[in-house]
Order: sequence, then C-alpha cells, then structure tokens
Amino acid sequence: MAIEFDAPKPVVNAQFVLKTVAEEMMRPNSRYFDEHEHEIPWDYIEFMHSAMKAMGGNSLAPREPSPSSPPPKDERHRDDGGKRPPIGYQLIVAQMEALSWGDVGLYHCLPGGGLGAAAVHAAGSPEQREKFLARFHGDKPTFAAMCITEAGAGSDNSAIRTRAVLDEKANEWVINGEKIFVTGGDKSFTEYEKLGRGFIVVWASIDPAAGRAGMRAFVVEGGTPGVRAVKLEHKMGIRVSDTAAISLVDARVPFENILGSPIVDQNPTGFKKAMATFDATRPLVAATGVGVARAAFEFLKERLAEREIHIRYGLPRQKLTSIERDVIDMEIMLKSAWLMVIKAVWMADNKKPNALEASMSKVRSGDICTKITQRVVEMLGPLGYSREFLAEKWMRDAKITDIYEGTGQINRLVVARQILGYSGAELR
Amino acid sequence: MYSFDPTEEQQMLIEAVNKYATNDLRPAARNAEESGELPRKIIAKGWDLGLLQASIPEMYGGFGERSAVTGALAVEEMAFGDLAGALAVTTPSLFATPILLMGSEEQKREYLPRIVEGEWSPYTAALIEYAFDFDPNDLKTTAALEDGRYSLNGEKAFVPFAKEAQALLVYANLDGQTQAFIVAKEAEGLSISEEREKLMGVNALPLYRVKLTNVKIPAANRLGGESGCAFEQLLASMQIANAAAAVGVANAAFEYSRDYAKEREAFGVKIAQKQAIAFMLAEMRTEIEAMRLLMWEAAWELDTGREDAVKDAYLASTGAADMAMMVTDRAVQILGGHGYIRDHPVEMWMRNGRGFATFTGLAIV
Ligand SMILES: Cc1cc2nc3c(=O)[nH]c(=O)nc-3n(C[C@H](O)[C@H](O)[C@H](O)COP(=O)(O)OP(=O)(O)OC[C@H]3O[C@@H](n4cnc5c(N)ncnc54)[C@H](O)[C@@H]3O)c2cc1C
Ligand SMILES: Cc1cc2nc3c(=O)[nH]c(=O)nc-3n(C[C@H](O)[C@H](O)[C@H](O)COP(=O)(O)OP(=O)(O)OC[C@H]3O[C@@H](n4cnc5c(N)ncnc54)[C@H](O)[C@@H]3O)c2cc1C
Repeated sequence: MAIEFDAPKPVVNAQFVLKTVAEEMMRPNSRYFDEHEHEIPWDYIEFMHSAMKAMGGNSLAPREPSPSSPPPKDERHRDDGGKRPPIGYQLIVAQMEALSWGDVGLYHCLPGGGLGAAAVHAAGSPEQREKFLARFHGDKPTFAAMCITEAGAGSDNSAIRTRAVLDEKANEWVINGEKIFVTGGDKSFTEYEKLGRGFIVVWASIDPAAGRAGMRAFVVEGGTPGVRAVKLEHKMGIRVSDTAAISLVDARVPFENILGSPIVDQNPTGFKKAMATFDATRPLVAATGVGVARAAFEFLKERLAEREIHIRYGLPRQKLTSIERDVIDMEIMLKSAWLMVIKAVWMADNKKPNALEASMSKVRSGDICTKITQRVVEMLGPLGYSREFLAEKWMRDAKITDIYEGTGQINRLVVARQILGYSGAELR
Repeated sequence: MYSFDPTEEQQMLIEAVNKYATNDLRPAARNAEESGELPRKIIAKGWDLGLLQASIPEMYGGFGERSAVTGALAVEEMAFGDLAGALAVTTPSLFATPILLMGSEEQKREYLPRIVEGEWSPYTAALIEYAFDFDPNDLKTTAALEDGRYSLNGEKAFVPFAKEAQALLVYANLDGQTQAFIVAKEAEGLSISEEREKLMGVNALPLYRVKLTNVKIPAANRLGGESGCAFEQLLASMQIANAAAAVGVANAAFEYSRDYAKEREAFGVKIAQKQAIAFMLAEMRTEIEAMRLLMWEAAWELDTGREDAVKDAYLASTGAADMAMMVTDRAVQILGGHGYIRDHPVEMWMRNGRGFATFTGLAIV
C-alpha cells in the first residue's frame, strides 16, 4: 500500500447524481419543511425510494448476500482478477456528506435501515440479518430506528431503565419502558400506508443487577401492540426529521428478536457490540456535519464572489483581510475534517480497529461544523441571519452533530481513553 | 483509491529516522539549544540515513527517486526528535532539491553528485527576508539581467549555515516573479553577517543574515537556466516540509505531556484522569491527526502532479502552524510550573511551535 488520496471510482461516479438529488430534491424543499415541522415529505421519500431502487436497490441498509442472489461478479472482482479493496463505508460517507450538503434533515428521511439496521448488522446473527434487513429492498419505502436514549439516560446509556423479561411459556420477551429522541421513530414504527413495515431496535436490560452486561437490543416490529409513538419533539433544527418518544407497555416480541445472547455472563459483549455500532456510525455522523459545513462555506464564498471578493490563497497571514483569514481557516477545518472521516471509514472498510479515529472524526466534525456555520451567519450579517437564505438554517441544523451519536464531550472521553490507555473507570 | 498506509519501504525509513530522532537528536537537543551548537557527529549520523541521497537518481550520484510524501514522513519523524537538528541535517536539501526538481541538466550534473556523494556539507538557500510582511511571492531582493549576467541586490534573513556554505540558492524577484539563483560563496558583493540570528527558538541552528550588493552571477546560474523555475512548486514543497515539521514537533509535545500526565498526581489521582487534562490531550491528538492528513494530501498531490497541490500545501502549512502553537502551548500547560522550567523540553517545543508561522523556507521535501 501507499499513501493515496484518490477517491475510489464508484465514489467519484456517484457524485453527479448525488449533487443533482441534493440540488433538485432537497434544497428546494429545505425551507418548506423547516417551517412545517412534522409534515412528512412524502414526495421526496417516494422519489428517493424509487431512485435508489433504480440504482440497484442501493439502500443504506448493508445488503446481505444470499444464496439465491449472489452479488454480480464484477462487484466482487476487478477485471484483472485481483481482489477489489472494500469501499462500502467510503461510499456511504460520500453519499451522506453530499446529501447533507443538500439538507441534513431530509437526509434523515432517506428511506432505509438507518441506525436500526446498523445495529442488526453489527449485533445480529446471519439469520437475523437475513430476516430483518431484506425489507429495505422491497417495493415500499421502509424505515428503522434505534432507541437507546431515555429521559434519565442519555450520555450515560448504561443507566437505561427499560426492562425486558422473558415469558418462558409464550417464548416471548415482555418489554416495558419509555424511550425518547428516537430519530425516525415515527416513520419506523407507525403504520403508514405509503410505507413498508419498519422496526425499532430497543435497548433494554434483561438483568438490571448485571449492569451493562445485562443490556440487550431487541427488534420490535412496527405496529407491535403496547408500543406507541407518544410524542414528536419540536426542535431547533433538522425539523423535517421526526424525533419521537416511544412508550412500551407490556410489549411482546418473539424470543428470537433479541440481538446477541439471551444469557447474561459477566462479560458485557452485548453492550460492547452496541458500542461497536458507534465505531461504525460516528464517522458517518461526522460526514453529515462536514456536508452541512460545506453547504454554508460554499454559500459564503458565492456571496463573496458576487461582490468581487476573491480569496488570495498564498498570501502571508499578515497581509490577508479578516474575511480572507476566516475563509482560509474554514477551508483548513473543512478539508481536514473530511480527511479524518475518510480515514476512519477506510479503516472500517479494511477491518482495522478504528475506535480512536472514529471518535476523533466525530469530535472534529462537531467542532468545525458548528464553528463554520456560526461564523458564516456572522460574516453574512443580515443575509446570514435572515430566513430568506438557508445559512441560518444550516447553523441550526449543524448543532445536532455535536450532540447525537455521543456528544462532543463523550467522544473526547473515548479519544482520551484510547490515547491514555484508560478504562471507563479510570477516566469517567 | 484512498489509502493511509505508508509503503513497506517508507515504513522502514520511518523506523530508521525515528530511531535516530529518539536516540540521537532528542538527547542532544537541550544542550544544543543552550550552547547553540549541535555536534557535527550527530549531523553526520543523520546525513548517513541518506534521506536526500535516496531522493536523487543514480545518474546524479544518489540511489532513488524523490517523493514529497516520503520526504514529509521523514521530516515529521526527524522533527519529532528535535527541530533544530532536523533542519540542520536537511539543510543541503534546500539547495539540492530545487536543483533536482527545476535545475538545468548542467546544474544537476555540476552540483548533485558533489553534494550527495560526500559527507554532509553546508549547501543552503536564502528565501526569508527581514520584514513583518515578508511574502515569498513578492520578494524585495531583486534580480536583473545586465549584459548577460544577473545582478542580485537585497538582504536575506534566517539563512542556515550561510557562513560556511559552499554555495547558496538565493531567491529573488525577477520582473515580479520569484526565481532562484545559484551564488558561489566567493561571489563579490555577497556579505554574510558575523553574528548569528538571535531567535526565540531553534538556537542550535546557525542562521545568518545575507546581504547582496550588486552580486553578479552568470546567466547560467539561474535555477533552470534560461527558462527559470516554477517557484510555486518549490514553495509548495517547502510548505509541506514546514507542515511536516510542525506535526513532528507537536507530536513530540503531545506524547511528552501525555506521558507526564499519566505519572503526575494531584488531589489523589493522576492528572490525566481529570477531564480538564484528558480533553486537552484528546483535542491535541485530534488536531495533530487533522493537520497530518492535510499535509499528506498536499504531498501526495505534489507527487501526482495535481494542480491543487499549491493551494493545499499553503493550507497545510498555515493550519499546521496554528496547530503546533496550540498543541505545544497546551503541553506546557499540562506540565504546570514544571513545563515552564527548562529541565523539560516542552517550553522549547512551544518556542519552536510559534516558529512555523515564519519557518517556510528552512526545509523542503
Ligand atoms: C435530534 C436528536 C436525535 C436523536 N436521535 C437519537 C436516536 O435515534 N436514538 C437514540 O437512542 N438517541 C437519540 N438521540 C439522543 C442523543 O444521543 C442524546 O441526546 C445524547 O446522547 C446526549 O444525551 P442527553 O441529551 O441525555 O444529554 P446528557 O447526557 O444529559 O448530557 C448533558 C451534557 O453533559 C455532558 N456530559 C455527559 N456525560 C459526561 C461525562 N461523562 N463527561 C463530560 N461531560 C458529560 C454532555 O456532553 C452534555 O454536554 C437524539 C437526540 C437528538 C437531540
Ligand atoms: C516561574 C515560577 C515562579 C513560581 N513562584 C512561586 C513562588 O514564589 N512560591 C510558590 O510557592 N510557588 C511558586 N511557583 C509554583 C507554582 O505556583 C506552581 O507551579 C503551580 O501552582 C502549579 O503547580 P505544579 O507546577 O505542581 O503543577 P501541577 O499541580 O502538577 O499541575 C499540572 C497540570 O495539572 C492541572 N491540574 C492540577 N490539578 C488539577 C485538577 N484538580 N483539575 C484539573 N486540572 C488540574 C494543572 O492546571 C496543570 O495544568 C512558581 C512557578 C513558576 C513556574
């Protein structure tokens, strides 16, 4: 190997379509759905679903090769017969960055498995993957969501109170609890006619005395009795993305819907697997932050160009105007943050342990996308603050990057533990 | 394809340079800084690693091919040991690499074998000028063609080893363009300051002021001959080296303060167990990674002939200079009062750290 920065061909090839979708399907809808919170963008969802199907069913749900439909030959091998290095995550981040440049809220409304499917993929058995993930390639747009957070358990998600008890007679788990802040929770759980049946992945304890070791995730099918989306949050940004509270009262799910072992031992593999999901998804969230930041950055540069302000790259700092300095600093932040995302997912694709790089990319992206969007609004003055343009919306949208999938602080903790060789107990 | 693994050869080189940086440069650094002298034996040993030699083809006396990525990896590793030492060891590159990249055939034949076949000898270059708004693309030192010879006028600052240099590559403004000129040490009108520059840091590196008063040189001594050189490529190469060195120094400061924080106790725990310290370390590591990747990308773009290289090298150098300041400052902070005391190297690294805003021109990949 060698150090190289050529984007893989499929990533390059995808850019045109992604940009077109972002420009034609997302940007024109951005403002409307920002101002009509909780309206579901059906046209967009249906368009995206059929577009993705036409592109080969390329949902975000990792596709399982099944004996009945092996992947086409050219997907496995290059013409020269050599093995093609895997680029699955690289493709995903390229897509996420490009679509978040369009609208990160609408990005969350992209049909597919999202974090729910990612959890099944990371912690499920091959049979479970086959069973739960096939639906995302069906005729109707279909969603899945991940439910960890509770009112009393956010960053410290080992504090969750949701309980799952095995009813041995019925061979079913009985789940009780209340989850909040579930992205796509409504579309994944509520049975809409236009949607395929989705599911939510609910984290619950099967043995509270065992702490983390007792935590498991359960696939709860859409429409399961006893489960309700009780509330949709009103948010600062990403308003088109539904954020649901979900209550589970004596909800019954089949025994085989547990992800991981039903037996509690002291080795908390279930929890570790959940955390492994985050190693995979943190750079993805980081990619969305980079996309939003790039949107704001490019918008700023366009407005400056209209006024004949061109950035004089190459000048010593002392000779630059304040605007030029800011723009150059933003470009440094943006480019380097993106490279960190790329490196983190390149490692994931190549099966290299990437907990450090994944969290660093998230830390960096959370920092820079908030800074850049806030600076852009400032620099544009009234144009920045006005709702006539999208800069102010991007600033509101960007902030979530530093909060979900581990806050900036939690990701700093992960980074610090990695570089110091500390356990959670040594550095909390 | 993206890839972040150095080649096997590069990996071996990194390890060799790391060994030298750790076992030779680092232990000598404090004394060298205080006394202003890095022992020649140590410079010679660094030279024997063959970094420059490996970047020059056989026909000119070397044994390899130049790669900005490889150069950047080596510079980072060496600066991790000691910045002044790294700059001293690589000083001949300031002269040789531009000739390799942009020189005429005659220039390559005349100078490259001489430089790389022997022991370390101070060939150097003069880019920086003593002005707060110094701009490598708008030099005050001028070159003018008169009667088939170039006449050079102006003053250069921060010129490494100028006193004993066999020859200097002087950058000057020729009709609004920065071009480079080979000036022999005996050239008339060339005067080198008696005193060395007195700076906040890198005191082990002998730097001089160089005055040029109607220095006449043959037209053939313009780098690249009649057609001259593409300076922006050379500048990019210097900016990448500057960024690489900044990453190296920052990484030294990061690792040192991290290790210290794991040992030092306050209030009954290791200070690294306090988030105020741990978060600083996490941010330092993150920023280092960010700038290393930006610098690698610029180097790779230079190697593969991408247009973006020029801009990205500038961004990498600018960003890495800020990063190095931030990281080295925090390293001192993490050591508390002890960081301020010269028994520890972090205060030296902090003084070095500020330099990267000014050092472009002192190294090249
Ligand atoms: C729009 C949106 C979508 C979301 N989507 C999902 C989803 O799909 N599924 C899901 O399960 N959750 C989701 N979440 C929840 C999200 O992951 C949590 O909000 C997040 O983990 C933070 O938890 P909290 O809000 O309870 O904050 P808290 O944990 O209460 O944190 C408050 C503050 O304390 C800091 N803090 C906490 N612990 C530490 C520590 N040890 N050291 C230093 N600082 C600390 C935090 O960084 C933060 O600044 C979503 C949230 C939002 C807002
Ligand atoms: C030039 C100089 C003059 C001085 N003059 C005097 C003097 O006249 N008289 C005198 O008595 N002393 C003097 N001092 C000592 C000075 O007050 C101490 O150096 C200072 O209190 C810090 O202590 P320390 O160096 O042991 O650092 P440490 O206490 O070891 O701190 C190391 C790092 O850990 C951090 N840290 C420590 N505890 C915590 C915590 N609980 N949470 C988060 N972070 C923490 C610190 O902020 C620092 O970044 C002087 C020091 C210097 C350098």
